[in-house]
Amino acid sequence: MLIDFLFELRRHKLDVSTHEWMALMEAMALGLHESSLDGFYRLARSICVKDVTDFDAFDLAFSSYFKGIEVDALALAEELWTWLKDPKKFAGLTPEQRRALEALDLEALRELFKKRLEEQKKRHDGGNRWIGTGGRSPFGHGGFHPTGLRIGGPGGGRSAMQVAGQRRYRAYRKDMILDVRQIDVALRGLRQLGREGAEDELDLDETVDETCRNAGELELIFRPPRRNRVKLILLMDVGGSMDPHAELASRLFTAASRAGRFASFRSYYFHNCVYESVYEDAHFRRPVSVSDLLSGTDRDHKLVLVGDALMHPSELLHAGGSIYYHHQNRTPGIEWLRRIANHFRRLAWLNPEPRQYWPHTTIEIIASLIPMWPLTLDGLGEAVRYLIRGGRAPLVEPVVPIDPGY
Amino acid sequence: MTHFDRFQGTETYIASDDLRHAVNVAVALERPLLLRGEPGTGKTLLAENVAHTLEVELIRWHIKSTTKARDGLYIYDTVARLHDSRFGDGDVKDISRYIELGPLGKALSSPRRVVLLIDEIDKADIEFPNDLLLELDAMRFRIDETGQDITAAHRPVVIITSNNEKELPDAFLRRCIFHYIEFPDRQLMSRIVRVHHPDLAEKVLDQCLDVFYGLREVPRLRKPPSTSELIDWILALKKSGVSLARIGGGIPFLGTLLKTEQDMASVVKRGLA
Repeated sequence: MLIDFLFELRRHKLDVSTHEWMALMEAMALGLHESSLDGFYRLARSICVKDVTDFDAFDLAFSSYFKGIEVDALALAEELWTWLKDPKKFAGLTPEQRRALEALDLEALRELFKKRLEEQKKRHDGGNRWIGTGGRSPFGHGGFHPTGLRIGGPGGGRSAMQVAGQRRYRAYRKDMILDVRQIDVALRGLRQLGREGAEDELDLDETVDETCRNAGELELIFRPPRRNRVKLILLMDVGGSMDPHAELASRLFTAASRAGRFASFRSYYFHNCVYESVYEDAHFRRPVSVSDLLSGTDRDHKLVLVGDALMHPSELLHAGGSIYYHHQNRTPGIEWLRRIANHFRRLAWLNPEPRQYWPHTTIEIIASLIPMWPLTLDGLGEAVRYLIRGGRAPLVEPVVPIDPGY
Repeated sequence: MTHFDRFQGTETYIASDDLRHAVNVAVALERPLLLRGEPGTGKTLLAENVAHTLEVELIRWHIKSTTKARDGLYIYDTVARLHDSRFGDGDVKDISRYIELGPLGKALSSPRRVVLLIDEIDKADIEFPNDLLLELDAMRFRIDETGQDITAAHRPVVIITSNNEKELPDAFLRRCIFHYIEFPDRQLMSRIVRVHHPDLAEKVLDQCLDVFYGLREVPRLRKPPSTSELIDWILALKKSGVSLARIGGGIPFLGTLLKTEQDMASVVKRGLA
């Protein structure tokens, strides 16, 4: 039955709804598929897929359903998962078993990995911390080679982690997907409306009142339209440990910088930790000293910092601790952060690192200074609420002195 | 049911098979067609040609960042009414005289079927598409001031263009037929150029396409030249009478193909111009 195709599509992560499926059925009843597989392909794709980046997934689903290719992607992933969890056990296989496994359709496997690779990219974009921090993953690629499966080609050893990352992702999925639109919606809360500026909106009630008072002589009253009065400064950490989160940060930037959203919007960059200067560009060529920045902005600006706040403790706590060899900062980073925190009435730090990695790192120290939320949909929403309404900043455990040797 | 396969492209508009199919599906299912593709691949032109093929009127609605969904339905001109009440012109009791229909309102109240183009929908406020859901679904709306309900006698063919469908809400996307206009390959492109410049010699066309696709392959161009730029460029070459044989030496009128200084620089650096 064709309904299986719907589930095949959904298995490939294509979010096809009943609404769309009914439309497809209706179209087929009208004969729009021209009774050909080609026609059906085009028809189904134009109705069910609304994003170019999903076309490939659609192709996979289509070929696996219609050509009878037995790529049971899920089962295969499950198998790999089991091997990865325990490579040693696998080493104990009999030669027959091993041969059987090696005879696994390499093409199919390759296809699967290609797909994983893509998904990996997406997760990366989504800000999942698993990419690029291989050292912390319980599943190195070492777990993969003992299987004796020759899958050197696509992605090489990284594949093992990617598959592992795939499973990991499911657990986080809900709070990890943050696309521009969602950020947009969350940022919509970041507004304080007020009537300021040019008077170019007709105030109908006032006009009627005034006209009456004027004994019927028409008196038009204009008022400025309601505009957002929030002035926002975005301060972003770029480079180094922030690389895996670059895409996520840039989405936030895209949404925040959209024209007309805030009364004023400025953005600056820093690397690793804030010292004397921040920069107007992400290449650190146009410095602005923090003192100038602070004296030039009033306390009612909302400051949002984005960064992983993850660094070596000396980079934060010691004078001269800057990550740049030639940069001798006389004042430790923490002091600069404190000055910034004291200047603004409301500020928030958004951290792409998941909350469970915060304790016992520099994140904890900074979070005790600047109210910090994870850069997830929930976190962003709470940060926005705090920036507008105030209230209590998230609780942070009292800072325990960190052993500098760590 | 409308006769399927009515849209086949026109003499001046060459459509790929996929695009033709998508248009015909949207027309038959009476659902909006959402088009995406690089700028300059003829998204807007398509609407004109669909209207031409179906022999119906085309109503355009160009979206700006300040466009409100309601403006598309109607505008109630209070100032004019107040003005009239003061100076006694016309019948101010008749509110409908001060209601001016917007593009969508016109499309829905038209006695005949029309093609409605909603151009660059992603430019509008984030809630804009959601505000249109009901109107596009039910194809009817209500003018609050007069209490008048308007229901479309014929569901208009709605063509929506967007440069970024990711920012459109799911609920909206679900109601659309989606088509991504791929960049034309060489073969299709030479057909497209032929339509605009039928008298171009085969060899010259070949040279032009060589240069054109060569430019598109330059990495990291901010705005790679598109179909419309190619056509303009060939027009400039023809009008100026610059010998097309010179193309081998350097690219004349590079400014018609590349639109940013940076792109120019990177092309010059690679010795292409």
